[in-house]
Amino acid sequence: MAGQGQRLNVVPTVTVLGVIKARLIGATRGHALLKKKSDALTVQFRSILKKIVSTKESMGDIMKTSSFSLTEAKYVAGENIKHVVLENVKTASLKVRSRQENVAGVKLPKFEYFTDGETKNDLTGLARGGQQVQQCRVAYVKAIEVLVELASLQTSFLTLDEAIKTTNRRVNALENVVKPKLENTISYIKGELDELEREDFFRLKKIQGFKRKEVEKQLAAAKLFAEDQVAENFSLQRGISIHAAHNLLNDSQNDEDIIF
Amino acid sequence: MANKPQIPTKNSALIAVIADEDTVTGFLLAGVGNVDIRRKTNYLIVDNKTTAKQVEEAFKEFTTREDIAIVLISQYVANMIRFLVDSYNKPIPAILEIPSKDHPYDPAHDSVLSRVKYLFSAESASSRF
Repeated sequence: MAGQGQRLNVVPTVTVLGVIKARLIGATRGHALLKKKSDALTVQFRSILKKIVSTKESMGDIMKTSSFSLTEAKYVAGENIKHVVLENVKTASLKVRSRQENVAGVKLPKFEYFTDGETKNDLTGLARGGQQVQQCRVAYVKAIEVLVELASLQTSFLTLDEAIKTTNRRVNALENVVKPKLENTISYIKGELDELEREDFFRLKKIQGFKRKEVEKQLAAAKLFAEDQVAENFSLQRGISIHAAHNLLNDSQNDEDIIF
Repeated sequence: MANKPQIPTKNSALIAVIADEDTVTGFLLAGVGNVDIRRKTNYLIVDNKTTAKQVEEAFKEFTTREDIAIVLISQYVANMIRFLVDSYNKPIPAILEIPSKDHPYDPAHDSVLSRVKYLFSAESASSRF
């Protein structure tokens, strides 16, 4: 895997080691927390999905009922009702309000519908079938209720989906990239520090060896010198220096008078 | 942190409708319709003469308008502009597919549900619908 060999580029000192260790602890804690968040979000997600499925089912039924009542109204009040309704549209009296709900740290939108002004009732169904028209209207308002709830479920569903994807991405990044990097950096720094220590140790031992050798040499030289001194004193007592006697013997090789 | 799509907290937003004549009439009767001073409406009546282009334009307009929070669209109309509906991924306005009189609800084509079909098929094993 790509993360195995990589580490951060740092100077291998003890302080940096401390800093990187702290970061590793932070990354581990963050990873655990994010995992918990992802699990909580997934639970919410599943429950919303179930609700959506059941609501869609009921929505299908409600729409059927409302269009049936519309057909009734058309039958009773005549075909013109469509045009009358179309003409009558001014400002919407049914509107939706959007709020934000905080679920497990994610802001989910929620819709609720409310009636704003007065529904323009003036011209519809005055001629005939006013009651059917009223019933039809009631049925459709009910349908709108269900639809608004479904819409808010759907938006929270989509938002949760996004949030779960982001959180999972972060969890995976922490687990597979950040933590191995930090761990590799820590082992690198430790390795460098150990090597420096070994170098120091080795240098120390070498210097100790040198010092010891020096001392020994000096001792040997002193001993030799002391022996020489003793021999010199001894020969001086006899009247000649040992060195002189040696030279005499060596020189006699070239003297013609002395025949051996 | 990446920019999360801002969900505005609004106090009044409209419901747009793109459906056949009867469905739109019903919703208008309930009071969903709005015509502003520039004669712009928040509904579109689709009949067999409406082209896919008109539907496309209306859809684009409704989804970019600031004051529309929900767009109701008939399923067979959504099938006309399926590519647009499927590639739409903003949380607001919410796109809702509704059945119409002649075309009962078909969950296989619903854009939201098909996106999580793998999850759905796991769920529907337990909550059969």
